[in-house]
Amino acid sequence: MEESNQNVKVVIPEKKSFSKEWASDQKAFKGVPWGKAMMWIFLVSDTFVFSIFLISYMTVRFSTKSEWPNPSEVFGLHVGHYNVPLLLIAIMTFILITSSGTMALAVKYGYEKNRKMCGYLMLATAVFGASFVGMQAFEWTKLIMEGVRPWENPFGAPQFGSIFFMITGFHGTHVTIGVIFLVIMTRKVFRGDFDTGKRGFFTSQKSNYEAIEIMGLYWHFVDLVWVFIFAFFYLW
Amino acid sequence: MAEGTQQHPLKIYFFVWTLLFVLSAFSYWVDWYGFESFTRWGLIMLFMILKAGFICAIFMHLYWERLPIIAAILLPCSAILVFVFIMWHESYWTLIVRRIYFAITGS
Repeated sequence: MEESNQNVKVVIPEKKSFSKEWASDQKAFKGVPWGKAMMWIFLVSDTFVFSIFLISYMTVRFSTKSEWPNPSEVFGLHVGHYNVPLLLIAIMTFILITSSGTMALAVKYGYEKNRKMCGYLMLATAVFGASFVGMQAFEWTKLIMEGVRPWENPFGAPQFGSIFFMITGFHGTHVTIGVIFLVIMTRKVFRGDFDTGKRGFFTSQKSNYEAIEIMGLYWHFVDLVWVFIFAFFYLW
Repeated sequence: MAEGTQQHPLKIYFFVWTLLFVLSAFSYWVDWYGFESFTRWGLIMLFMILKAGFICAIFMHLYWERLPIIAAILLPCSAILVFVFIMWHESYWTLIVRRIYFAITGS
């Protein structure tokens, strides 16, 4: 009868059915670190923001009477005597995928508490991300020099410019913010914050390699958005 | 799967990584080859969905999460499809009105 409370274990029911886990006495986000749950909620909301941009692009493109500019030609690059369609965009896509791969491996090594590998892979991700932003800056410069403005462009439907600058600009902002946080996280990894459990500057919570996975979620999301932009805006 | 730990073999990451490269190359090839209309859109959509699926499932670890969490993340996103459907019709309506208006005014 006089058993101590310490022996009482909170039993998390395993493999409950979907409806039972969502029922009033249960939690859907059970056992998920709060930071990860918050990041997922942010990402879902960000999904809505990007999808509204892409939907507005669809609406504008379908309802315009003028010819939509051909992205293959607009974003083509001259290499020697050849005009290679979408070359820069293809390179940017491959760079972003590469960075996504290095990020996934960084998360893996983070969970294995392999500080050095995790740090180097995070650094590589940041470098790839920064080069992506650099190429985007080059692309913007090229198009602005050719006379593309949010209200007009020499290739066709005037809405093209506003959609281009809005969507790629918003995505580029996400990548830039991601790179800044990757650099901050890389420093934390190399300093060993996640091994010693050093308390965070803002949150004063103990650092944990979970932070790397949360960072990874954000970075993969940026890559995920690019998949949709690449398909709908550049290839369609 | 095991909660709190996310330890997966290196192989699966490299597999998905390679797959993403190949799928991206395929999407680029669709443009390079110059497919038109439904073949083009179908292929672009196919490669896009495959890429998005693999990124979500493996890189973002969604495949190893519990079903209630997966549902909490993916179900709200289905509302987007409803919005796409609405705006798709809206845009065609706008186009029709524009065509009629420009035909009458002769501009």
